[in-house]
Formats: sequence, structure tokens, C-alpha cells
Amino acid sequence: MDKMKKPDSRAKLMQGNEACAEGAIGAGCRFFAGYPITPASEIAEQLSVRLPQVDGTFIQMEDEIASMGAIIGASLAGTKSMTATSGPGFSLMQENLGYACVAEVPCVVVDVMRGGPSTGLPTNPSQGDVMQARWGTHGDHPIIALSASSVLECFTMTVKAFNFAERYRTPVILLLDEVVAHMREKVILPGPKEVEVIDRVKPSVPPEWYLPYEDTSYGVPPMGIFGEGYRYHVTGLIHDIRGFPTLRQDEIEPFLARLFRKISTHFEDIQLVERYQIEDADLVIIAYGCVARSAHRAMVEARAQGLKVGLLKLTTLWPFPRRSIEPLIKAGKTLLVPEMNMGQVSREVRRVNEGMTPVLTVNKIDGTIISPKEILAKIKEER
Amino acid sequence: MIEDRPLIYKYLRHDKKFPHVWCGGCGIGILLGSLIRAIDHIGYTKDEIVLVSGIGCSGRLPVYVDFNTLHTTHGRALTFATGVKLAKPELKVIVVMGDGDATAIGGNHFIHAARRNIDLTAIIVNNSIYGMTGGQYSPTTPYGLRATTATYGSVEHSFNISQLAVCAGAVFVARGTVYHTRQLDQLIEKALLKKGFSVVEVISQCQTHFGRLNKLGNQVEMMKWQRDSAVPVEKAKSLSPEEMAGKFEIGVLVDREAPTYHEEYARIRQKAKEAMAPLLAEKEDKEETDRREVSDRH
Repeated sequence: MDKMKKPDSRAKLMQGNEACAEGAIGAGCRFFAGYPITPASEIAEQLSVRLPQVDGTFIQMEDEIASMGAIIGASLAGTKSMTATSGPGFSLMQENLGYACVAEVPCVVVDVMRGGPSTGLPTNPSQGDVMQARWGTHGDHPIIALSASSVLECFTMTVKAFNFAERYRTPVILLLDEVVAHMREKVILPGPKEVEVIDRVKPSVPPEWYLPYEDTSYGVPPMGIFGEGYRYHVTGLIHDIRGFPTLRQDEIEPFLARLFRKISTHFEDIQLVERYQIEDADLVIIAYGCVARSAHRAMVEARAQGLKVGLLKLTTLWPFPRRSIEPLIKAGKTLLVPEMNMGQVSREVRRVNEGMTPVLTVNKIDGTIISPKEILAKIKEER
Repeated sequence: MIEDRPLIYKYLRHDKKFPHVWCGGCGIGILLGSLIRAIDHIGYTKDEIVLVSGIGCSGRLPVYVDFNTLHTTHGRALTFATGVKLAKPELKVIVVMGDGDATAIGGNHFIHAARRNIDLTAIIVNNSIYGMTGGQYSPTTPYGLRATTATYGSVEHSFNISQLAVCAGAVFVARGTVYHTRQLDQLIEKALLKKGFSVVEVISQCQTHFGRLNKLGNQVEMMKWQRDSAVPVEKAKSLSPEEMAGKFEIGVLVDREAPTYHEEYARIRQKAKEAMAPLLAEKEDKEETDRREVSDRH
């Protein structure tokens, strides 16, 4: 009888984009505004079906600028909100993304990376938006950007993105790529009770005492919701602790410093990585997104051939998880960074590394995925 | 003005945010007065109002009033407002924009918010110029007139904001001036009470830039021009195009009924739930069967 075990009825064949949409629903997202764009459209399509079922709202806006504006508005009115796009649309969202940083409005932006620049390669994968996620909007600002390398991770990282957004009152970017977004895999999604959902902290003081941008021990002020009695001013101008525009040096500096501090004092919580066979490795592959899958396979094959290779998978890309890389450098391990761009993460790795150990790269920008073979070839070249 | 004093204490963030940034003689303050009187007359609570603005002289308006206030990015006020309204339809959303804000950088959002019939009130202060950045020409700068980026006169033809709103599907469109203050109070009140996307275009003066660059005189002269050029809608009907040349209509231009986006979307939610019901029942059946099979096995 045991051999005839019935398959788990919860198992589904699902696409990364669909899993992302389900993750949003699971995390409590009840508002989505977006604009059609390949290869992200399935997220919008799925949410246009799912959101009205759970009393949420889906709206297709006139462009990505409007989509970003609408999700900020919805979040200020107390609803968890998200948009999804690809490179060209992500470029259009940058101004309002900066607004969400400064006004500290939780929201999630999914960028399914395609080949760029410009219209680029709409149906081909790439990892070319890593730096845009970091520095796309103008001015100094902290940002959280996550990645996913499987369909299940598209679900779990979407939930994570919402949780970080709510906990730290910040926009969170989820960088998917065309491969994980369109790939179909068998997944068993966690049920509603198995998902950890974090909600923003709301003010508990009487409204007349409420200071919307006051520093707290956590660095994140409680967030008043429009219509709940805490009337305050929200602006993209640099503001004082009451939310009003300011030009005073003694208010500008502490405000911007707090924006950075609220992220930098919580690196431990935010910087997610996975380690595979790193302890005895001479060479560690650092990879993320769909390339992490090729890297894992390359590691297994290298091990089979007697090469001591490990893998550090970066799930959080920003703030850059340097604390996970520094021990590798101190241990004198060679680092190999394969990525589908001209070296956006390897550049960060070299910055952390400061020339102490060799940093090798495999870069590919021809619109195809980096294969395990290519990574393995690079490893062998070094031996 | 004496009778306005209680309103000042009730609605302005008088102990926090003054003096304001506007030039003496600017029309935006007059509009703010009208808006507050209309809100007070209707009797909205301060908590239920969300006042949204974009960037520019008009963008600074929400900071002075004690509502939920949202000062957004340039041209995008209506997109933020759309999010607020759809997430929490019980809120009364009012958007104040300038002519450049609403019809240049935000033109796309303006026509689409009107087309969707989002239930909010858009007030557009039209002073024919970009004031805050120093007097550059806007989509409503009349042909041939001067601005700091049209030193030899503008070669572009101007937008008629109210007509644009009518064509895009706004259910209520009115035009007033800051000279005709009592009428403006009433127009804004009507717009606020209207269900759906309502627009009030407010003809205002920018003597600092538009008036100075075009030698139109000071704010008083410019307001006299408003008095002399504005023709009530009813009267305009009996005038020939020649007689209307150089003049504009004031009053309610359009007042019609249409379901709002939110009402329509409530139907979608209903449909979605109906479509889901059989699937849910099937899923429960399947889980029940699974459970039985498992218990059979044991």
C-alpha cells in the first residue's frame, strides 16, 4: 500500500509569476496596480483574478508611473500593496520609488528582469537590474532588494518582501528573472496558517501626541493610517519629525541618518543567504536568481570530480550581504561570481574583497542562461 | 473675513506651518478659503478628508490644513489619490493641482482618472504659467504670450482644461475664478457632493511671473481682468463666437450621472466570488476524499 501512496493533493504545477501572485495574497496584499509588460504580465493577470475573490482591488493603470503612485496611496490608506513590472517599467517607477523611501511607505515592487538596456530582450532572461534596484532613484537612500531562484522561492520571497516592507516601512524590490518567472515547477505552497505575516506597527499614543516621523529605538516610527484619526502630512520633501518640510540642518541630517540606520541596524534580519558545502571549499561560487541553480549543479559535478567547491546563494541582494562574504575572504577562498550581466554583483564582491583573494567571473549577456557546464569550465580553468 | 476666523482656527495648522510660501496677491490662498468654507458647510469631519497635491505653488496647499494631507510627486497626485480612494472608499479624496501639474506632466493621469470615474474631486488652479520654478510657459499659456522660456511669445496653443475634462468623461465639470469667490464656494461644494470624478478649474492670477512678463498689471488688475472676461454659462449660450472671443465661461459646464469605478468594481468582486464558489466546494470534497483514503489506509 505504501508504494501506492497518493500524491499530495496540495502539489501544483505552477509558474514563478503565479507563485509570486499567490505569495502576495498569502502575505495579505489587497491592492495591486500595474501595467502590462513582458515577462511580468502573468502576475497582474493572476492577481486580477485572485484579488476580487478576497475583497482586494486590482487596477490596470495608464503606465508604470501611475502604478507606483497608486500603490503608495493604497498603502497610506492601510492596504498592503504591490506592483510588478520589467526593466522599462521599473525605470519609469524610479521617481515614486524614491518617494516611498523618503515618506517611508511600505510597498512591494516586483521587477522580472529581461535583457536590457531599453526595450532590450523582452522575452529573454537577464540579471541586469541589480544596480538599478540599488541606485535607480536619485539621491542617497537605503533599499531592500531580494531575489528568488525557484518557483517556491517566488512565493516565499514575495511574502518576505511584504514582511520587510511592513517591518521597516520601506519599499522592497523583488528581483525575479525571466527564467524563474516563466519556469513551471511542482510546488507545495504553504497554507494560510503556515505563512508568517508581519503587519506595520500603528501608533498607540493619542492622536495629538503622535509624531509621524519620530525616531524610535527600532528606527522605524509607527505608521498612522489615513482615516484612523492620526492626521498628518506626508511629503517627498525632506521633513521634520512632524512630517512638515524642513530646511534645518539639525533636522535634515538626523532624518536621513535614521533612514539608513533603520536598515543598517537590522542587517542580521534582512541579509538572507544560503550556504552549500562551504566549510572545506577552496572555491566558493556566489550566485543568485536562476544562475544559483546552475551554480548548484556545477558545484555537485565539481565535487564528483574531487574539486572542493562550495556555493553561497544570495537571496538578499541589497543591503549587500558582505558579512556573509567576509569570512570566505578571511579564509582565503577563491570566489567565483557567475551572473547574467557585465558584473554588477561581482563588482560588489570585489569592493568587499579589496583585492585579498581572487574574484573570478562568468558574465553572459546574450539572452541565455549560464549553464552548469560554463561555470564548471571556469572552475577547472582555475585548477 | 471676520466670520472666517473660527474656520481658520478649526482647519489651519495655524500654530505649526505659517507663514506660507505664496506671494502676496496669489490666488491660491483665496481658493484655499473657498475649499475650507465648502468643506465646513457640508460638514465633513477632518479625519475623513484626504487632501492630495502634486508639485508647484498649488502643491504646497495641503501642508497648511489639518486633514490627512499628501504632497506627492510632480503630476502624479491623481495616481496616489486613486490608490487612496480604492483602498478606502469611505474617505473623501480631494486633489489640488496646478495647470502644468495636471495637464502637462500629469495629463495622462488626468484623462484616465476622469475616464475611470474615480470618485474624487480634482481642483485645478489655472494661472497660465509655472510659478514655483520661475515663470516658464505651461500648457495653458495663451498663444503669443510671454514666459521665461517663451521670451519671444509662446508658439503653442493652449489647453482648455475644462473641455478636456468633459471629453475625458468627468461627470461634473465647473469653472470659476478667484475673483468670483462666492460662486467658487458653491462650485466646490457641488463638486465635493457629486459622486464620481468631479473637476473644478479655478482661473487664478500669478502677478509675480505671468502678470509681470506680459505687462498685465498687478494682482488687482489681473483680478479685474477675471471679472471682465468671465461670462456665466447661461449668458454665454446667447452670445456669438465673436462676442465670446477673449472671454471664458464660468459656472457648471457639465453635470451628469455615471457609475463610479468603485461601484463597478464591487460587481467584479461579486462575480469573482461566484466563480470561485464551485471551485472551493470541489476542493473541500477532494480534501474530504483524501482524508477518508488516508483513514482507510490505517
